[in-house]
Amino acid sequence: MLKLILQRLALAMLTLFAVCILVFSVTEALPGDVCTAYLGRDAQGTRLENCRQQRGLNKPAFERFSDWGAGVIQGDLGTSLKRDKPINDMLANRMRNTAVLASAAAAIGIPLAILLGVFAALRRDKPLDVGLSTGAIFAMTIPEFVTATLLIFVFAIQLQWFPAVTTVRSSAPISELLPNIVLPVITLAFVMVAHIMRMVRSSMIEVMAGDFVQMARLKGVPYWRIVWYHALPNAMLPTINIIALTIAWLLGGVVIIEQVFNYPGVGTLMIKGIYDRDLPLVQAIALVLAAVYIGCNLLADLASQALNPRLRTAR
Amino acid sequence: MQAITANTADAAVNNYRQTPRWLQVWRNMRRSPSALIGLSILLGHMLVALLAPWLAPYDWTLQNGYIMFQAPSAEYWFGTDNMGRDVFSRTLMGGREAISVTLLGTLLAMGWGGFMGMFLGFVGGRLDEWMMRLVDALLAIPWLLFLLLIISMVGQSGVTLIFTLGFFYGIAVIRVVRGATLDFVARDFVLAAKTRGESRFTIVVKELLPNVLDAMLVEGAMRWAWMLLAFSSLSFLGFGVVPPTPDWGLMIADTRGMMSIAPWATLFPALALSTLIISINLTADAFGKAMGLDRAKAPV
Repeated sequence: MLKLILQRLALAMLTLFAVCILVFSVTEALPGDVCTAYLGRDAQGTRLENCRQQRGLNKPAFERFSDWGAGVIQGDLGTSLKRDKPINDMLANRMRNTAVLASAAAAIGIPLAILLGVFAALRRDKPLDVGLSTGAIFAMTIPEFVTATLLIFVFAIQLQWFPAVTTVRSSAPISELLPNIVLPVITLAFVMVAHIMRMVRSSMIEVMAGDFVQMARLKGVPYWRIVWYHALPNAMLPTINIIALTIAWLLGGVVIIEQVFNYPGVGTLMIKGIYDRDLPLVQAIALVLAAVYIGCNLLADLASQALNPRLRTAR
Repeated sequence: MQAITANTADAAVNNYRQTPRWLQVWRNMRRSPSALIGLSILLGHMLVALLAPWLAPYDWTLQNGYIMFQAPSAEYWFGTDNMGRDVFSRTLMGGREAISVTLLGTLLAMGWGGFMGMFLGFVGGRLDEWMMRLVDALLAIPWLLFLLLIISMVGQSGVTLIFTLGFFYGIAVIRVVRGATLDFVARDFVLAAKTRGESRFTIVVKELLPNVLDAMLVEGAMRWAWMLLAFSSLSFLGFGVVPPTPDWGLMIADTRGMMSIAPWATLFPALALSTLIISINLTADAFGKAMGLDRAKAPV
């Protein structure tokens, strides 16, 4: 098992390295560079030359990549062009805020999705299942900014239960953030629940048709025990991968939802970075989010190995 | 006896030939109500997008300070927005850019992703292995970040979006088409073509393409829905359509601040966008089922 963990860890590091190269080479392969993108129309003459000098853009690409990469490995993401501050300082608070938002959504969404998925599977093709499955399709396909806008319309404008936009600073304590995260969390959880629920439902249906469930029934095991102790753990196996995929979605979706609610997280900072054409900042955030995603995938991989001993010996 | 069997077999083949595949698929689709609902909404949207300039009762860019925030009425069916523009005309026009950009993007994605997938599946070996690693790494970047990274670099325009979306969504097509190709590369007809000395290109186009086309079309239809979602999200964030061209995502972004005064200016474009995406999804889903491919795909 230890060898396997190390193997997967190495693979994750390799993927992260590939992502690093990609993020770097996207900006390299496309026309223009950090300075022309930042300066826009003013990108000529001494200003451009100064910027390039200051940023070390006159060095060859490989050298710049190794400089940047060495910084990243040591945990230094570089400096922002617009604000001329270390990106690490700008990110710290916002990372915390986004983590609060995403983990609240996951903590509510995942158990709820499993619960609803199991109910839908047990009531297969009955009104409850049809209702839940149709609802899930709607939740999955409607863009999250539309869902968020509709929620704001109903709960912030019509009913006035929650604030429509966040007005606290990024460094505010978590207790001040909490009333603001209700609507964003609901929006995020909405889509997550839909994806995970569908997966739980279909794998639960498959598992419940298995021989061992029949056997348990014949032995007189109580129904709830069969469902929650015998069937569900088996149905969770394919679900774990979907959860990891959903977290990948969450990282993209969080950017949009933070923007809708003006939430002081990583997403709004990234959008700001793009408006300001602050490429180093955008690169750094893309890298951080990709790293989180790879980490989640790694965890999902290991969790499914732990749940299913057969996978360990398969290769 | 022998002759009769051969004859019946011939007849069966002839019969089969007489109903073309698209007709069979259509007959299958006709049976499902959700397919019909999806298809009719989709066709309606396409028709409106095509005819919008002639259908729109008012100029969709004309600003009129005297009629700001008017509620829906007989004169302005969907009301007017914060600049006194007719929301109905703008909603009619708002899907044109989204539909054309994403349709072209989908074609591009299917073209390059499909060809690449077939080629990699056919060639196999180390090249295939390394390319698939690269594909996995590319898919490991959350889609929005990737798109934003490219757009922040080259700036926003319709053409950029077509290529960016087409390129990125083609990566997911590579995986699906490669998987479908692997089912066929070991079959006898491919071996026969190889023995005949056909070129790789001919084998990919003439032998493999007809077999993986089903999977490719269904994947393309699904990709279209996700691409539309991506496009409208980008334009909501302000990186899609350049104003004053009306676009649903942009309209929602522009008017949502005034929702307490004029909710209609936000809600009608939201309704239009949602119905279009749902109808594409329903149609793609039914299309896949009618073709005999059933899959529930999460967005990546």
